[in-house]
Amino acid sequence: MVGAAGTGLLAADPMVPRPVSIRRKQRETHDTFTLTLDVPDPERGLPFVPGQFTMLYLFGAGEVPISISGDPASPMQLVHTIRAVGSVTRPLQALQQGSMLGVRGPFGSGWPIEEARGRDILVIAGGLGLAPLRPLVYHLLNRRGDYGHISIVCGARSPADILFRHELERWGGRFDVDVAVIVDHATDTWHGDVGVVTRLLDKSRCEPANTRAMICGPEIMMRFSIRALNDLGISDEQIHISMERNMQCAIGMCGHCQYGPAFVCKDGPVFRFDRIRPLFGAREI
Amino acid sequence: MSELHNLEQSIREHPFAEGMPGRYIGILTGCARHAEFREGTFLFREGESADTFYWITAGKVAMELDAPPRGAIRIDTRATGDALGWSWIVPPYRWFCDARAVGEVRALAFNGVCLRGQLDEDPELAYEMYRRFVPLMYRSLHATQLQLLDVYGAG
Repeated sequence: MVGAAGTGLLAADPMVPRPVSIRRKQRETHDTFTLTLDVPDPERGLPFVPGQFTMLYLFGAGEVPISISGDPASPMQLVHTIRAVGSVTRPLQALQQGSMLGVRGPFGSGWPIEEARGRDILVIAGGLGLAPLRPLVYHLLNRRGDYGHISIVCGARSPADILFRHELERWGGRFDVDVAVIVDHATDTWHGDVGVVTRLLDKSRCEPANTRAMICGPEIMMRFSIRALNDLGISDEQIHISMERNMQCAIGMCGHCQYGPAFVCKDGPVFRFDRIRPLFGAREI
Repeated sequence: MSELHNLEQSIREHPFAEGMPGRYIGILTGCARHAEFREGTFLFREGESADTFYWITAGKVAMELDAPPRGAIRIDTRATGDALGWSWIVPPYRWFCDARAVGEVRALAFNGVCLRGQLDEDPELAYEMYRRFVPLMYRSLHATQLQLLDVYGAG
């Protein structure tokens, strides 16, 4: 007998979670962890575009949208970096290797990796926002010759809250990538920058006219980063941001993540900024 | 090259002096000297008279507040090309925090008392200096507001 999830019909249904097991769990910061999951289809893997997300279903607790934080060149594993803050993500943090989850997806739009070829790339991350940007960075480094100058700018609450710190150090050690990290506050053991991310933007070596900026972080941080980019001569058309809303069905049916005429789950989460400029920051939305 | 000429050239080449008329460069030069600080030494300390301000030419400086029992908390950093300190221009001319060298630091040090006297006598110079320092204050205030929001906090 073939189980329901194994039939061709249901396996293709985007509303049906497919069972996967946790291959590895890794602590990132005091409240953030990374799960490496087996993929539902070991033959095809789970190809995705950097910037996409999946819906993770914790049986008995509920479902949450989580950005993929792994390498798109490694589709045989599914990597998610999660902050334990809610009724689903907190129990997710308690799971161990071998535990089962349901997964739907991947869903949504990705970073404009094709359109950005040949351009300078300015990656701006705030806090957990580095997670959905990490697949982009992996892609840029995998195809380093396809892109111009690459600057990665990260903001965090404190040195202890810096996500993927060892990877940032490794990327920063390369001669072909600039990495700058700034924290809101620190003790005197921190020798890096203190302040807000916008302070680092005018030190980027990206040529404004030839730059594509890709931003993910708290909305207020993105708002002020966009203003700083505009001041540098980088227009809204050159900026992409990843939006976060209450995504539930993930296929543009339920309307929970409606954002004006768009659905963040289906038309986003990555948007070219000029296309949502009238909505961005509107207090009614 | 004479020491004075060298000093004037360093001031002229500093980003904070970009576009500054030569006459003002000359006045600044008359109040300036080169300064170097080893790692961990203080450029100034909270509560001291703000008689000197700096333009950093190389290195990084951390602004710190002593917050017992947590110790020194770094609230901001300034690096190559930045101006450091505006308390010299605002009464009662006292530093509100510590400034400590993170690694080796080279800077242009300006005698704030000397320059304040010049500003009192020359409104055009005063305007030139204020129009450079006010944006610095604005950006710093704005950054502080964002830091207070704790935008990266859980939630």
